[in-house]
Amino acid sequence: MEETGIGLWGVPLAVLGGAIRVSTPFLFVSLGECITEKSGRINLGLEGTLVFGAMAGYAIAYETSSAWLGVLAGGLAGACFGAFHGWICKFPRVNDIAVGIALMLFGTGLAFFFGKPYVQPVAPHLPAIPFGAWSSVPQVEAALNVNVLFLIGAALSLFLWWAFANTKIGLVVRTVGDSADAARAMGYNVDWVRLLATAAGGVLAGVGGAYLSLYYPGSWNERISSGQGLMAVALVIFARWNPLACFGAALLFGGAGALGPALQSVGVTHGYYLFYAAPYVLTLLIMIATSSPTRSLAGAPSELSITK
Amino acid sequence: MAQMTSDTVAVGLGGPPAEVAPPLGEWLARRSEAFVIPVAAMIVGLALFGIFILVLGKSPIDLYSLMYKGGFGTWFSVQNSLQRASPLLLAALCVALPARLGLVIIGGEGAIVLGGLAAAAIAPPLTFASPFIVIPLMAIAAMVAGGIWIGAIGALRQYRGVNETIASLLMAYIAIAVMNQIVEGPLRDPASLNKPSTAPIDPAFRIGNIPGMDVHWGLAAGILGCIIAWVLIEKTTWGFSARISGGNVRAALLQGLPVKRLVIGFTALGGAFAGLAGMFEVAAIQGNANASLAAGYGYTGILIAFLARQNPLAIIPFAILLGGVEASNGLIQRRMGLPDATMLVLEGLLFVVVLLSETLYGRFHIFQPEMWARNRGVAR
Repeated sequence: MEETGIGLWGVPLAVLGGAIRVSTPFLFVSLGECITEKSGRINLGLEGTLVFGAMAGYAIAYETSSAWLGVLAGGLAGACFGAFHGWICKFPRVNDIAVGIALMLFGTGLAFFFGKPYVQPVAPHLPAIPFGAWSSVPQVEAALNVNVLFLIGAALSLFLWWAFANTKIGLVVRTVGDSADAARAMGYNVDWVRLLATAAGGVLAGVGGAYLSLYYPGSWNERISSGQGLMAVALVIFARWNPLACFGAALLFGGAGALGPALQSVGVTHGYYLFYAAPYVLTLLIMIATSSPTRSLAGAPSELSITK
Repeated sequence: MAQMTSDTVAVGLGGPPAEVAPPLGEWLARRSEAFVIPVAAMIVGLALFGIFILVLGKSPIDLYSLMYKGGFGTWFSVQNSLQRASPLLLAALCVALPARLGLVIIGGEGAIVLGGLAAAAIAPPLTFASPFIVIPLMAIAAMVAGGIWIGAIGALRQYRGVNETIASLLMAYIAIAVMNQIVEGPLRDPASLNKPSTAPIDPAFRIGNIPGMDVHWGLAAGILGCIIAWVLIEKTTWGFSARISGGNVRAALLQGLPVKRLVIGFTALGGAFAGLAGMFEVAAIQGNANASLAAGYGYTGILIAFLARQNPLAIIPFAILLGGVEASNGLIQRRMGLPDATMLVLEGLLFVVVLLSETLYGRFHIFQPEMWARNRGVAR
């Protein structure tokens, strides 16, 4: 603390840097969930997809020595999980929320099963862009070391925001999500649109998982994700199904997640577990503050079972 | 229309015709849908898992025989399975009771953890008291802790419209963090060095085994809990009101049923059962509260509740079955060289197949009363 000379200023700085680092998986999963929910389905299984994407990404990156191939593998694995969810949910009387819970367990189980041999080896990391190179203060440099995936995610949220409003695909997805009957009348296959939207959501969740294992925290183990996938689902509700708002919400959640480690780095160890729980508490408080028992939420796709 | 006329005629002639008891075969067929489909789904799930094992180059025959041997092959393994089933029974109730009101609660793990912590916290200062006072007090503390935790989720759902599925899982993470904080902080036993734990509870307050078995009393409590829950749902007015609310909230409100109180009561009761599971983990197995309380019983409980289709009595066989599957895990790992996540994969697969089987209900004519009625030429 003394030798760096910035003392407690390190906390907000570390929270800022941490927000950028920690928020990336939130950002990807929430954008993915946003696409899925816009089509009128909810996929709670993205938590499992995230963990499996982390494992697949790490394993492939290790085997091929290419971090980007790892990201690709994470995305492909996520697409499989998403398509599986979409396929199961097209049968009558199958509940999408329950299937999500099942896939959460299944994805996590498969990831632990196949990931056992990859706990020890070291895979290559994703590159980061040193935006803080101008500074001589190491904390500033560390905080502004921004990963490429974060920038891709930011661009993606802008693109999705534009695409939902201005492209035909965006319109079809929104129609299916707001009125399946209307979409059917227009000749669209509702099940297929939802399957593809869930698969696309899975791709993004898988990429988010690959980020976890290939950049931050940057290793594969069974504790790699602790509910990020699920918090991202809550985050989409908070962001009112708006991809741009997802970006802001992800940063907020990232900051909450970075609070514990940041305080620990300046020597505050008391209450470590409680700070660790900050993102969960924040999510819960936001859900309590923004839900309503009487009116339906603004911007909610009306086919969504969670808001009906 | 035709049915109505014939009834009217019958009443006109002096009372309805005596109800003919259906033959046993028909009665069995009509009653067995809720049993045949989940069991068939389990068999399909096990078969798919066998294929998975075969693809990995291992023998599914070995897997099944080890599963049987490790779960139910000997009296020792049966007792082991029953021991493992006891927290699962109570954890599944935490899913099944709210589910009857249409709530999907998946955070039973949080109630288990806090129930165990409450039991472990209340026992050490009471060394002077009799076990007949302290053990019930531990149970009450655990049930209150679990009940408040899950009941709060029901209240949030009713008063704020918060989605209970996400909230319950978030609360489970929060509960585990609270438990870790308390176990490492205010309640830490200085003697526990490597694994922070609370002070061990007095041996006099430990819960022993059911006489003649190597299984603790948690099994009896779990089975009793399932029976109580079944009676509550099927045989009481509260249960009847809950089932109506779960089926159609608007109809229930129109009837003036206390939906809010029912939701909070059923979630709290589910949480109390899960909290009790935590108390047995502490008082019968661990002897204190520590991070091992979060052992994943809450998550296996979700699977069991869905296998049992949220029927408390059906939870009993499925919990014992899953207890057996988990009991055989160690043997399968050692003999077949499979990782410890093998059972997680199997459970996930079973869960998916069981949910997929939901689509089959009502599809088979053999289970439908109409088919039997048609065959006998009776208009019902």
